[in-house]
Amino acid sequence: MYRARLGIRPGTWLSIAALLAAAGAASPAWAEDPPASAGWGLLNLPVGVTSISREVYGLHMMAFWVCVVIGILVFGVMIWSIIFHTQKRGAVADVTLVHNTRVEIIWTAIPVIILIAMAIPSARGIVLIGDDANSQLDIKVTGFQWGWQYTYPGKDVSFISKLDAKSMAAAELDSGISPYAVPHYLRNVDHPMVVPVGTKVRLLITAVDVIHSWWVPDFGIKKDAIPGYINQSWFEVDADKPGIYRGQCAELCGRGHGYMPIVVDAVSKADFQAWVKREAAAEKAAAAANAS
Amino acid sequence: MAEKPHAEVHAHADAAHDHDDHDHKPHGWRRWVFATNHKDIGTMYLVFSCIMFFTGGLFAMVIRAELFKPGLQVVDAGVFNSLTTMHGLVMIFGAIMPAWVGLANWMIPIQIGAPDMALPRLNNLSFWILPFAFLLLLSSWLVPGSAPAGGWTMYPPLTLQFGASFPMLIFAIHMMGISSILGAINVIVTIMNLRAPGMTLLRMPLFVWTWLITSFLLVAVMPVLAGAVTMMLTDHFFGTSFFNAAGGGDPVMFQHIFWFFGHPEVYIMILPGFGVISEVIPAFSRKPLFGYEAMVYATASIAFLSFIVWAHHMFTVGLPTSALLFFMFATMLIAVPTGVKVFNWTATLWRGSLSFEPPMLFALAFLFLFTIGGFSGLMLAIVPADFQYQDTYFVVAHFHYVLVSGAAFAIMAGVYYWLPKWVGRMYDMRLGKWHFWLSAIFFNVLFFPQHFLGLAGMPRRIPDYAVQFADWNMVSSIGGFAFGLSQLLFPYLIWKCVRSGKPVEGTRAWEGARGLEWELPSPAPYHSWTTPPTEAMIARGAEH
Repeated sequence: MYRARLGIRPGTWLSIAALLAAAGAASPAWAEDPPASAGWGLLNLPVGVTSISREVYGLHMMAFWVCVVIGILVFGVMIWSIIFHTQKRGAVADVTLVHNTRVEIIWTAIPVIILIAMAIPSARGIVLIGDDANSQLDIKVTGFQWGWQYTYPGKDVSFISKLDAKSMAAAELDSGISPYAVPHYLRNVDHPMVVPVGTKVRLLITAVDVIHSWWVPDFGIKKDAIPGYINQSWFEVDADKPGIYRGQCAELCGRGHGYMPIVVDAVSKADFQAWVKREAAAEKAAAAANAS
Repeated sequence: MAEKPHAEVHAHADAAHDHDDHDHKPHGWRRWVFATNHKDIGTMYLVFSCIMFFTGGLFAMVIRAELFKPGLQVVDAGVFNSLTTMHGLVMIFGAIMPAWVGLANWMIPIQIGAPDMALPRLNNLSFWILPFAFLLLLSSWLVPGSAPAGGWTMYPPLTLQFGASFPMLIFAIHMMGISSILGAINVIVTIMNLRAPGMTLLRMPLFVWTWLITSFLLVAVMPVLAGAVTMMLTDHFFGTSFFNAAGGGDPVMFQHIFWFFGHPEVYIMILPGFGVISEVIPAFSRKPLFGYEAMVYATASIAFLSFIVWAHHMFTVGLPTSALLFFMFATMLIAVPTGVKVFNWTATLWRGSLSFEPPMLFALAFLFLFTIGGFSGLMLAIVPADFQYQDTYFVVAHFHYVLVSGAAFAIMAGVYYWLPKWVGRMYDMRLGKWHFWLSAIFFNVLFFPQHFLGLAGMPRRIPDYAVQFADWNMVSSIGGFAFGLSQLLFPYLIWKCVRSGKPVEGTRAWEGARGLEWELPSPAPYHSWTTPPTEAMIARGAEH
């Protein structure tokens, strides 16, 4: 006789657990950083705001479900044996069960077929990500210890983007400042990169000292910034998804590796043009002020 | 005259000193410093590996203490990078690899009916290089600039920014590499030349097969690592520009060379584990291993494939599309022979008569958890998805599942399985089960949430993180502290067994155990198989 805890039957608990698991597996992406209390709910990749990020999310979930199904099958057999084929239950070992050529061929062939089925969409994804031709805006990204420089060729815009001052102060050893008191702790910069939505942006990525890596999860792209190389990457933020998108450096680059985040402000095309004008003017004025 | 398999010829209740022995052996420190006996050298490797396991574990505890909460509370960011670097180097080169060599030394000669390894003095050298190598590496904490902090993967240009510790790192790696190469040569020569009459290759236990194949991997790739780190050394001190872009060199070339070593390296760390599991599961299922030949061929396939997948560690460096496609396909292909092995172990359990002593508990945990590590590995192979996973905690979760619940649990299964043969005493079974359950549960508390952290966007090798990562980091750290503490049970249990364990009766400590080691008395005599095993003994072990 089972007990209904909290008035909820075991079967209902199971359904709730299943729903939670499914919800966790398909958790929503936040355009901004998720609130701190969302920590427990942060279980999965973001779907993101570009065609690439959606493609990537789809491939990830495909691989995930394939693994879940295979896991249920294989672990199911193991668990069955562990429960029923035991000495304690008086099971007698079937010592003739050492070969079965037919079964062995099947369990070699079926995985090959599954892998081919997975490889085809994955290969398409590689080709999609590699297609950086015909971009409408190029931005040169330069990683250094410890921040990023963004240069917009032909637009007189070039600036450095570093960890914002509040985060930097709180991040000191024994700073006494709670990270919870800092907005977007370790994921905020003093000068974000600005891009227009609905525009194919091509990044030209390099570094001046050691290897860094430029990564924004919501865009679904990551590319290493390597001295002596110019790597290419592209993204196009959906036209209906302006907003602030955050990422981090993704290659160990010294003491400051955890302290060189990336912030991209995706704005309308009109706002972008206005920003370019303002930014170019501000930099010109700053350069003149420095020269005098 | 054939050695009698009966215990009464050799058995003594008191296993505190080697009993009934034909020749005397040196006593005191000379026995160990000048050791040429494979059992003594095996013991030294295992003790050394245990010390290194706790050293690397200590570094991990500090790492998890720092990551317990957001904010920097324990160490400064540079020290944190040294901790992650040294944790990796010590665990890989000091704990896992020497543990496998220790098990190889103890078990290979016995399992093939040989009296010792083929090259006993080389064996001694191979071991004694290691304490000196690690003294050099660990003392780098004390030099200006502190320990190396460029990751165990040592990528330039970053690694070239570290001062006094850099040459210490390089020379320590050279020493460890020489030790491994010499050990591997020894294993190959022993297996090819010293098998007892009647012990053909396809009658050898899987542990011997996996070590034979692992030895070829070691001989092939350790010199490649040596080449890579030597090129970095000359870049730093002698003005070469192998990896220095400003001088016309290529930082990415280091990664290619390193991972050409690095991928076979991870198979070096796991293949002997496949061998141990292939012995323990049949023993405690009371049933022969399913598909022995398939297991041998699968192991060989994995070893071959391991040479052509290295760039999956570098998918984000900017490889051309054709390279991304090739390495993705080749990496996915490794899932096939690995899957065959998992299916064969499962089929060995199926319709067996299972019992759950500590060796079997660790082997079953290996089967579940290594398979989960394999699943995350398959996900990592998918290049577009890997662009999200690379350099995040998803990768950290993956490799700890395959290296801790994979390699380390397999080592523990092997120790729990063979300890009665080495010592002649049975250990405290209850304590062993406590060690198992605490390890298995807290391992998952420690590492499963790291999948979530990686997917949610947390990079690896960072000392501090944004507050949305706090919850799972706290869970992971609690798991880490508990897992670390539970490991103290292991050496305690072993020490207690040596001091006061119940003497084992007969030669076969486990009812279903098969193999030549179980034809010898327990503890195994200091010199075993001075007379080769009989065909009957070999046949008893080779039931497939």
